[in-house]
This record gives sequence, structure tokens and C-alpha cells, in this order.
Amino acid sequence: MGRSLARKFVERGDSVAVLGRDLEELQKSQADLQARGSPGVRVVSVKCDLEAPETFRASLEQAEQGLEGLDTVVVTAGLFATQEKLEQDPALAHKVLTVDFANTVVFCEEARKKLLLHGKGTLCVFSSVAGDRARKPVVLYGAAKAGLSAYLEGLDHKYRAQGLTTICVKPGFVKTAMTAGLPVPPFAGDPDEVAQIVIEGIDAGTPVVYAPRIWQAVMTAIKAMPRFVMRRAKF
Amino acid sequence: MTQRNPISGWGRQFVEGEELQPETLEGAPAVLFRGLGRSYGDSSLPAASSPTVVTTTRANRIIAFDPATGVLRAESGFSLADMNRTFLPRGWFTPVTPGTAYVTLGGMVAADVHGKNHHVDGCFGSHVRRLKMRVADGRILECGPDLERELFLATVGGMGLTGQILEVEFGLRRIPTPWIWQESEKVSDIDEYIAKLKEAAPRWPMTVGWIDCLAKGANMGRGFLMKGRWAQAHEAPARFPRELPHFTFPFTAPEVMLSQPAVKAFNFALYASHFQKKKVGLVDPFRFFYPLDLIHDWNRMYGKRGFTQYQCVLPDSAGQGAARRFLEVLTKRGGASFLCVIKDCGPESPAYLSFPRSGISIALDIAVRNDTQELVDALNEHVLGEGGRIYLAKDHFTRPEHFRAMETRLPAFQAVRDRWDPHHTFKSAQSVRLFGD
Repeated sequence: MGRSLARKFVERGDSVAVLGRDLEELQKSQADLQARGSPGVRVVSVKCDLEAPETFRASLEQAEQGLEGLDTVVVTAGLFATQEKLEQDPALAHKVLTVDFANTVVFCEEARKKLLLHGKGTLCVFSSVAGDRARKPVVLYGAAKAGLSAYLEGLDHKYRAQGLTTICVKPGFVKTAMTAGLPVPPFAGDPDEVAQIVIEGIDAGTPVVYAPRIWQAVMTAIKAMPRFVMRRAKF
Repeated sequence: MTQRNPISGWGRQFVEGEELQPETLEGAPAVLFRGLGRSYGDSSLPAASSPTVVTTTRANRIIAFDPATGVLRAESGFSLADMNRTFLPRGWFTPVTPGTAYVTLGGMVAADVHGKNHHVDGCFGSHVRRLKMRVADGRILECGPDLERELFLATVGGMGLTGQILEVEFGLRRIPTPWIWQESEKVSDIDEYIAKLKEAAPRWPMTVGWIDCLAKGANMGRGFLMKGRWAQAHEAPARFPRELPHFTFPFTAPEVMLSQPAVKAFNFALYASHFQKKKVGLVDPFRFFYPLDLIHDWNRMYGKRGFTQYQCVLPDSAGQGAARRFLEVLTKRGGASFLCVIKDCGPESPAYLSFPRSGISIALDIAVRNDTQELVDALNEHVLGEGGRIYLAKDHFTRPEHFRAMETRLPAFQAVRDRWDPHHTFKSAQSVRLFGD
């Protein structure tokens, strides 16, 4: 997902810093973005691990220096595991809850401070439709994403007037490496399509972006379902 | 976690298999690689005894591009559509393109694809400088025309059977403008078509044509021939051509749409639509190179049972009238086809299993029916008699004995393959069918 977004950014002329765990992989992505980017685009790669909160500030600083400024921070990283796996493996459950909620929030806090220093900026974070309504196949993952969505909404309320736009992206099912091997539900999107919607959301400052857009209608319907229906529902 | 799903080539003949789509290829399991699945037959399908395939399309990063020389190196899942979107606006184009942009670099190498310019520029493989591969013993190595040459020549056109193609390096070409100057000419029969095709070869870098392969007698082989070259700056508008909107073929067609009268009417209408004797002018490269890409999933037009494409090359040594003799065999059997394309082929590549050789290539789509096997057998026996051969990237029905008789270079290929992959770790449904893996 991050790859699709970064490509769209450099193609339209935005300089980009890519953050990730594996520096060798990042450097390959950096070369890819450099080759695809419009002339003059700057691309830097910075090591950052969402499992290691103590590195967040330094990573953001390095990105800011590399780009000589920072106006938008996009967080696409996250962990996913099926409910079945998470129930069997408490250590994995703890890791997913920590990375997808606590650590992501801590990262956003660092990014918020940096962006507010400039007095203007956008923080765009990938949450999930799984956080919109508690459902059987995503009890734990959905809980972490619900927390994240709530945090992002709060941030947007509190800081929009001061110049920080917070965007909560709620992707439905997207065909990426994260969802490989899962049965593909209806309305599944592909990364390029989702990236296009997200970029439009960033440009417009839309606080909540569903992608593919049809998921807004789907989730409205699911949110409206009474509890006794959800208890029987399999999805 | 992964489950078995139906997997098919472009001809929609499905097999059950497990498809992995990793973002990086170095750590992928030692099984057959496939790209966008545009080969028509079973070359990209897993063998029953080894049901997993790795789809490379998520490994689609550019590794390096040198704007001074045009040399591009990318991961093997990088697609031609992506390349055109990125590099055509900058004035660079692939030296060889097949008739669809929905192919990956790895697939272009594995099938050693050719295009309308084969008589001038040869196949894609002859423009490749380096391949990064992982071979059966797990080693990752580089090969090229001057490095591990045997492995390179067996891999180009080798249908992924010699190892996994991880990265491809080749030279893009500078184009004067992103527009094509095209001359399209109506021809009234097959002999005129072949004469005009050969006559155009020295003057036009790109030639291709369509013929109505249902018309019989004096009309046999009526159609039109298109000749093209990149337009010069003074001939073309300064703007970049806009891609036409794509649309998706909405349903799997019922069989009646494929009946002989329906196809006859379609072919007649297409022929009649070209009512001037000669049309000249600018066209955009998307329409010129990839007319069928405008309709996503057009393969569903051939109905539930799918289709196959029969493509053969008839060598110069077959002499005058080879195309007419081929069409006679076809029309006698009543094979209905919307598409029959005849192209000019230049000299053979040194790559062991590269398809084209000096002569003409004929390609036709055939909806799968109960008699498809017999039709392909009859065409193969005819082609064998003419000294020709078929294209593996299109094939689903050829018998192993026919292929062995046509492909005199097969033992040399197998010898190199055995050296690099003695246990045939990399195999496909096609290699099991044709080579007995």
C-alpha cells in the first residue's frame, strides 16, 4: 500500500521519505521511486520499526532533514493476523494490539509535534473498516483499529484549527501482501485504486476516507445493524 | 493458509493450484514463476505434481534507469503497461513489444516475445543485457549474452523452466515522438497480402495485418495490412496522446456468438469497415500496439469453454503459396476465428526455443470445442510438412510427438536445462505435457 502511494506522490512531483524496517529493501524502493519520479524529486530512505517506539523521533527527524522539511506524514504500516491465530497465540495478539494501536499512536504523537511546529501539515493514517463495528472475524484487530480511529478523530477535532489536518483512512479489503491467502470478499480493492482515493482525500483534507468508496455504504449498513443481528452474523 | 484456486492462462483453461504473490522474489519457494498470465495455454500453469506457482507481479520495482543510455533494470514483475506509463512520456519505448501491454518483463523474456518489428529488430531477448536469476540449486547469479551464455540462451524463450528470473536489464529506445505514422491498406486475397507484406519489409519497421480466414475461393485471405513507424516531430502534434477509456467485457459470452455465421458476419463487417483502399495518418501508440487492451477481459468473449490461439511460423523454405495452403487446410475444416493475424518474421534468434524464424507467422484464435484437438492436430501435421513450428506461449493442445518433430533444437535446450536443473524443479503443466517432466 505504501509503495502505491509513494509512487503516486513522486510521479506528481512530491519529494518522499520512505520509512521501514529493512534498510536494503528500502534502498531498492528508493531507487524505484527515484526512477519513477518527476525531475527534481528527492527520495530518501530511513530505517524505522513500528515495534520500536524509542526510534520514532530520530527517524522522523532524519526524514525531515533528508527532505528539508515535512508537510505530510502517511502511516500505512500495521500488522494483521486472523482472529483464529490471535486467539491461539497471546504473544502475537499482544504484538498486534501494541503495534496497531499503542505504537502507531505514539508515532502519530511524534509526527503531530513535528507538523505543528511548522504550523501546518497533514497526518494521514491507515486505520480500517474493521474498527467501525465489532465483528466476529476481527475481534482483536478490530479493537485496535477502533481505538486508533477514535484517537485520530480526537486529534482532528483538537488540532485542525491550529493547522494540523488529520485523515483517518478506512480501507476495506485491499488485495495486498497483508491479505494474501485470505478469501477475497466482494468489493475488494487494489492498491493503486485505494492510493488514488487516499491522495484525493489528503488534498481535500477529508477527515475520514473510505477506500474503495463503496465501503462507506457497506459500513453504514453494518453499523446500523442491531446487536442481535451482529451476534448471529458470520462476517 | 493459502488455498487452491482455479488458475488459467489467457485462454481460460483452468487448473487447480496455489498461487503465491510475494513482494520480493529472492525468498520465494523454488517453483515455477508466472507473470500476468497472458500466455494463452498452459505454459504458466502449475504441473499437477507441483501445484504451487509464484506470481511475480508485486515485485515490480525499477532497480535502475540511466537516462543517458536508456538502460533499464527492473524486477521481473514490472509490467509493460507500467513501463509505458512511466517512460513513454519521457520519450522512451521498449525495443520490442507484444500485442498487449499487460505482460511482465519476466514473461517477455520467458516467451521471448516478438512484435510487429520482428523483421527488423528480432525478439525481446536479443535486447536483453543481463538477467538476474535464481537457479535450481539455490544460487543467485547473473547471466547475459556474454556471461553464462548457455543459461541465458536457454532462459530466453525457455518458459521459466531453467530457473527463476528475478531481474531483467535491457535498453529502452529513444523515440522521436509518442505518435505512430500509419499506412493501412486493403488487400483482396492472400497472395496479394503476402506480396505486400514482404514488399513493405525493407521500408517499414513495423508491419502487421488482419485477414478474414473464413472467406473462401477468390476472396481467401482478404483483409488489411498495417504499416507503421514512429512519427517525426514535424508530423506529430506536440501533445501526448490520450489513452482511450478502457471498458470491461461484461459477461462470459454464450456459444451462439461464436457460431460460424456470427463470426462470418463479424469478419465481413470488419473487412467492409475499411472501405478506402488506403488510409494514412497518425495514430496513438496504444491503439497501434495494443488495440485489444482497450477491452479488459476480452477473453470472456470466447465463452465458458475458453479458447486457444494457434500460432505457427511458416519458413521461407516452404516456398510460394505457403500461407494459401495453410488457409486451405483451415477453411476445409471450418475453423471459425475472429482473429487471424499474419506477420513477417526475420532471422531466427540464437536462443534455443525462441519461436520466430525467417518467414511468416500466422496466428488465429480458436474457441475450444469438441473437435479442437483434431483441428490443432491437423494444422500441426500440415505445419510440420512445411518445415514450420508452433509458439509455446500460445499452445495448449499440441501433442509431444508433433512438438518434438517440429523443434529440432529441443535436445540442445534440454541438455542445458538438465545441467542447471537436473531434477526439473521448475516445471509447468506445459512442460509435463510436451517434454514429459
